[in-house]
Amino acid sequence: VAGITPDQIITAVVAVVGVPLVLLGYIILGEQVIERLPDRIQGWIRPYFWALPAVGFATIFMVYPLIRTVIISFRNSADTDWIGWANYKYFFTFPDTLTSLRNSLLWLVFYTFFAVFFGLVIAILVDRVRYETIAKIAIFLPVPISAVAASIIWKFMFDYQPPGAPQTGTLNALLSVAHHDPVAWLVNSTTNNAALIFVGIWTATGFAMVIISASLKAISSEVLEAARIDGANEFQIVRLVVTPLLWPTITVVGTTMIINALKTFDIVYVMTNGAYNTDVIATQMFSQLQHSHYGRAAAVGVVLFLAIVPLLVVNIRRFQQQEEQR
Amino acid sequence: MSAEQVTTRRATGVAGAVSILDNFGYRLQRVPLHILIIIFCAVWVIPTIGMILNSFRALPDMQAAGWWTTLFPPHGFTLASYQQVLNIEGMVPSIGFSILITIPATVIQLSIATMGAYAFAWMKFPGRNLFFIVIVGLMVVPIQMTLIPVLQFFKFVHLNGTIPAVWLAHSGYGLPFEVFLLRNYLGGLPREIFESAEVDGAGHAVRFLRIAVPMTLPAIASLVIFVFLGIWNDLLVALTFLGVSPYRPLTVVITGLVTSFGGGWQFLTAAAVLQMSLPLAVFIFLQRYFVRGVTAGSVKG
Repeated sequence: VAGITPDQIITAVVAVVGVPLVLLGYIILGEQVIERLPDRIQGWIRPYFWALPAVGFATIFMVYPLIRTVIISFRNSADTDWIGWANYKYFFTFPDTLTSLRNSLLWLVFYTFFAVFFGLVIAILVDRVRYETIAKIAIFLPVPISAVAASIIWKFMFDYQPPGAPQTGTLNALLSVAHHDPVAWLVNSTTNNAALIFVGIWTATGFAMVIISASLKAISSEVLEAARIDGANEFQIVRLVVTPLLWPTITVVGTTMIINALKTFDIVYVMTNGAYNTDVIATQMFSQLQHSHYGRAAAVGVVLFLAIVPLLVVNIRRFQQQEEQR
Repeated sequence: MSAEQVTTRRATGVAGAVSILDNFGYRLQRVPLHILIIIFCAVWVIPTIGMILNSFRALPDMQAAGWWTTLFPPHGFTLASYQQVLNIEGMVPSIGFSILITIPATVIQLSIATMGAYAFAWMKFPGRNLFFIVIVGLMVVPIQMTLIPVLQFFKFVHLNGTIPAVWLAHSGYGLPFEVFLLRNYLGGLPREIFESAEVDGAGHAVRFLRIAVPMTLPAIASLVIFVFLGIWNDLLVALTFLGVSPYRPLTVVITGLVTSFGGGWQFLTAAAVLQMSLPLAVFIFLQRYFVRGVTAGSVKG
C-alpha cells in the first residue's frame, strides 16, 4: 500500500474540472460546426453528436463486454481455444458451484419476500402512529450504510463463543439469558445462509418501506373511509383495499429486490467469503475470476444474466407502457 | 357552545365515564401496534448502535463482554481502536483514495449523462426509441457480466490497477440509469420554454446550457448524492480493478483486514464507523435529497 502522490491529486482535480470543460467545448465547438451545415444534414447529425459520449461509454463498458463475456464463456482459461459447453457443464455439475446456485435461489426467494413484506408491513403500521417520521428514519438507517460496514455490524450480532465463555455476540447473549446453548450462526450450515440473508433484508427493508409508503400516502382517504363505513375492520381494509391498490408498487420493488438478490456479493464476501457453504453465484464468479479461470467466470456471469433476462423484459415493457401514457 | 364546555359537562356525567373507557379501550387496542413498531425499530437500530459503542472500547473489553456493558458505569470508553486502525499502514491513504475515486467518477458520469439525456429528451432521430430501450435494458444488466472484458480492456490500454480505470468503469456502469432518469426529468420540462427560446434564435448549445441544465439541477442534486454514496460504498468494482493495486479504497482495505484477521478483528469497528460516517452524515443532513434519490432509483436493479 502506497501513500497518495501529488500526481494522483492533480489528475483527480484535472478530471473534475476538465471533463465538464471538455464537454462544454465539445458542445460549443461542435454546434458551431453543425450550425453551418445544410439544414437536412444538421437534423441528421446533431442528435448522434449529442448522444455520442453517453452511448459510447455504454457501448465500451456494457454492450461490448456483454457480447464478449458470452464469447469468453465458450473458451478455455487462457482464451486460446473453443471448448464448447465445458464451462457450463462445470457450473452445473461441480458441487461447489451447485451450492452457490442453491444459495442464490434461497436469496432470491427469502430476501425478496421478506424485504418487500417487512417494507409493506412497516409502511402500513407507521402510517397509523404520530411518530411515523422517527420510526421511518430508524428503519431507513441501514440503507446509506455500506455492505462492508453492515457486515461488521452483524458480525457482532452473530458473534459466537464456546458454551461457558461470556457471550459477546448480541444474539448468543440473548440465548444464554434464555439458558440456551450458543449457536455458531455463521458456521452452522443450517443457520448461516439464513443469517446472511437476514443481513441483506436488514439493509434493504428501509428502501422498500420508503417506496411503498410513498404510494400508500397517495391512496385517497375517501376510499378507506368508504370501506370503514361499509363495516370493514382494519385487517380487512389492509388485505382487501390497501394491498391491491399497492400491488403495482409492490411488483416494482419486488423486481428490484430480485435483481439485488441475484447480484448479492458484498455481504457474503465480507462475512464468510463463501465458506461453510454460503457461496452465491456472484462470489463464486469472483473467485473464478481471481483464479484467472476467465472462461468459467464468464459462464457464471452468463447464467446470472440469463436469470435476469425475464426481469429485463418486464422492465422494458413497463417503460413502453409509461411512454404510451406520456 | 364551545368544545371546552362539552368536554367538561360530559366528563362529569355517565356518558363521560363511558367515553373515557372507550378512549382507554381504543388505546389498549393500539398497544400491539406500538409494540410491533418498537420491535421493528429496535432490530433495525440496535445493531448499528451496538457496533458504534463497541468502536469506543478497548479490544480486551470487547472480547470479554458485549457492547451493552457500556450502558452502565464504568463505561470504559477509549479511542484505542481508532488509534490502532489509523496506525495500520495504508488506512489513512485509503480514505484519500476513496475520495480520489468517488468525486471524479461522480462528476464524469453525471456530466456525460446530462448531455446524453438532453439528446434523448429533445431531439428526434431515427433509432432513438431503440437506443433508449437498450439503455433501459442495460440498467438491470449485472456488472458481473462485464467485469472480464473490461478488465482485459484496461490491461490492453495500460490502465489496469489505476484510479482513472475505476472512474471510467463506474461511469460506464452508472450511465444507463442516469441517462434514463435525467431524460425523463428533462422530457417533463415545459415544451413552450424550449420552443420560445428556439424562436428567439437560441441554438441547442444555448438551450441546453441556459435552460435545460439549470432547470434540471434539483434532479442532478439528488443523483449526485445517490451516485456519490454508491461509489463510496462500492466494493465489487474497486475489488476487481484495484484489488491488488496500492490504491485500494477504504471498503477494499477494511474487507481485506476483516477476512485476514482470525481473532482480534473487533477493533475494525473503528474503521467501519469511519467508512459509514460520511453516508450517515449525508443521510441525516440532506435527508430529503437522499430519500428522493433513492426512490428515484427504485427502477434501477
